[in-house]
Amino acid sequence: MGKARAWEGQEDARPLLPLELHGAEARVRGKRLLGPVDLTIGRTGTTIVMGPNGSGKTTLLRLMHGLQRLSAGTIRWNIPRAQARERQAYVFQAPIMMRRSVVDSIAYPLILRGMNRRQARARAADWADRVGLGAALHRPAQVLSGGEKQKLALARALILQPEILFLDEPCANLDGRAMREIEAILLDARAGGTRIVMATHDMGQARRLASEIIFLYAGRIHETAEAGAFFARPATAEAAAFINGEIVE
Amino acid sequence: MDGILEGFSQALKLIVTFDPDLYEIIAMSLRVTLTAVIVASLIGLPLGAWLAVNRFRHRRLTIAVLNALMGLPPVVVGLFVYLLLSRAGPLGVLGLLFTPTAMIIAQVIIITPLIASIAHQAIRDLWAEYHDLLISMNASRAQRIRTLLWDGRRALLTAMLAGFGRAIGEVGAIMIVGGSIEHSTRVLTTAIALETSKGNLEFALGLGFVLIALAVAVNLTIHTLSGTERASTW
Amino acid sequence: MKRVLAALALLASAALAAVGARAGSGAGTLRMAVTTSFQNSGLADVLLPEIKADTGIDVQLIVVGTGQALRLGAAGDVDAVLVHARTAEEEFIADGHGTHRREIMYNDFVLIGPSDDPAGISDSASATDALQRIAAAQAPFVSRGDDSGTHKKELTLWKAAGIDPEGSWYRPIGAGMGAALNTASAMNAYVMSDRASWLNFGNKGGLELLFAGDPALFNQYAFIPVNPQKHPQVRNDLAQRLEAWLTGARARALIDGYRIGGEKLFTFNAVSR
Repeated sequence: MGKARAWEGQEDARPLLPLELHGAEARVRGKRLLGPVDLTIGRTGTTIVMGPNGSGKTTLLRLMHGLQRLSAGTIRWNIPRAQARERQAYVFQAPIMMRRSVVDSIAYPLILRGMNRRQARARAADWADRVGLGAALHRPAQVLSGGEKQKLALARALILQPEILFLDEPCANLDGRAMREIEAILLDARAGGTRIVMATHDMGQARRLASEIIFLYAGRIHETAEAGAFFARPATAEAAAFINGEIVE
Repeated sequence: MDGILEGFSQALKLIVTFDPDLYEIIAMSLRVTLTAVIVASLIGLPLGAWLAVNRFRHRRLTIAVLNALMGLPPVVVGLFVYLLLSRAGPLGVLGLLFTPTAMIIAQVIIITPLIASIAHQAIRDLWAEYHDLLISMNASRAQRIRTLLWDGRRALLTAMLAGFGRAIGEVGAIMIVGGSIEHSTRVLTTAIALETSKGNLEFALGLGFVLIALAVAVNLTIHTLSGTERASTW
Repeated sequence: MKRVLAALALLASAALAAVGARAGSGAGTLRMAVTTSFQNSGLADVLLPEIKADTGIDVQLIVVGTGQALRLGAAGDVDAVLVHARTAEEEFIADGHGTHRREIMYNDFVLIGPSDDPAGISDSASATDALQRIAAAQAPFVSRGDDSGTHKKELTLWKAAGIDPEGSWYRPIGAGMGAALNTASAMNAYVMSDRASWLNFGNKGGLELLFAGDPALFNQYAFIPVNPQKHPQVRNDLAQRLEAWLTGARARALIDGYRIGGEKLFTFNAVSR
């Protein structure tokens, strides 16, 4: 088991980031969903991906994480691709709940890496506490509320202490309280050294978390800017309209 | 209607009087069928999962063949196993013909396609749901299959129970390869066939009721132990 | 989650326990293919315990039609056969599948039909006369049609009667004696059966025994040990001991003394050597 110890130390001492995309394109049956995109995700900060529905936010995140096949261009991590996947995590818009208890769901990535069950459960219980699921350890994951499910997904993603975490609108359909709790977890993770790249529709959330904004429009990057600058002086008319809450298609 | 009522009372009488011959036959039925279900599951469940998660050249054909095999007439399986195990056949030296093992082999051939096919459908749906998560977590191929088998365990239990249902009621194949030898290879279904041929229709029907009761009991036991089919679980 | 494992463990242990309870087979076990008519007579239930007591042999019966019984013998899947189809038996010996043919006993075939006897066969002069009357009346007749000893006998009788049975009244069903009787009972049809199967048959409905007694209807059973030179694994030693018992005084008393409803079924006619 070459990756047996991956949760503790990395085989490759070099940092995972930066991530560089050059002329990256995603097509499905000839139809272009995204690109060409040129983009660099640096070592620090919180990147928020914004844009109207269908602008390619999900595709961009999946492309970077390797869930979406690259049709053209290149995606390059700072380390070999085969090892890069181990050091990333992804939280889906609709959390995928396994047919397991809360604690076993959170322990799952550790068990995949070969940690023994008892140790993995103990660490998972720890993480469940951190995200506020400490009282629900032995409940089936599938009966949790929407907010609880997303918190479970976060704990499951963070338990391997990834260097980068992709999140695809994790707070869509959640109420204010759940959103605040999730943002607190994200701030914790960032403080712990996890680079965050998140798609969101919520302007307030973007303003609270972002250090950098990527604005997508019709499958292209329309604007990449430091957050303060983006909100103060959007470079394009579409971005301005979007910020002002106008309907942008 | 009289005949059916008579059959029912025969069944009750057999059960409450602890007829030793009946219990011997029930034990043999359970032994053969449960063993067959376990063996067929060890083959069929991973096969179904493997078919669900892998893309290969003749996948569609393989699945079509598997589904078609579900409709295999048991008598044909019986003949096939007979020719295999007959002294004149390739495996004749093993001397397995007319033993419970021969009946188990026939039943495994009959129910493996059924179990694999139901497992394939269940795992395929679960795989569609888990796909992104497992890819994202970099699960190896073997880990994916193991995860899907475990998380699909309730559907797979259903597949096993379907296999049990088909096997416990099977008569054509095990009659040929088992011979329905009294105190040796006679099971409920072949006993029913025998009593029918003697014209003891009510008694045969009574045994039929015993067979149904047995199948219900096994299903209830499994569901109770595994905690499935209850409102509180997912 | 543990519950599923527990359920699986229970399944496994139940199966293993059942495997542990393996029925006795081994040194003293002889497999004999017999015809359905012999099994249905109930005589086996009388003979087998006595054979076990006298010789220590566990006789396991494989109950099939004559054709399949001989096939099992030819393949070496049984140690001996007890059947009733002389021509087929002699072929079996000629082909070297059996060592020899030993006559044990006979019973007889009877003609069964609806109690109102529409073809009027009950006062026939002979079996062939009875069949001619059935054909003339076009009365429904169920035939085994399965190439069994009984079926072969029936065909011989039709031939002797000079009739080629055909038409909607003649119904070959391709099944065993019990199924044929059940079918005849449901259709209120004529049918030829061995006496034993008929007497033990529990679903007589409106059927009655209408004609019997013609020597042409006698049904000879013969014992044939499977040839050990062809199939070294067969228990010819046991087959020889069984043959000695079946042709001995104890068997004679049991076979001649066997009654169903006061009726004698079998006549012992083995010639001692």
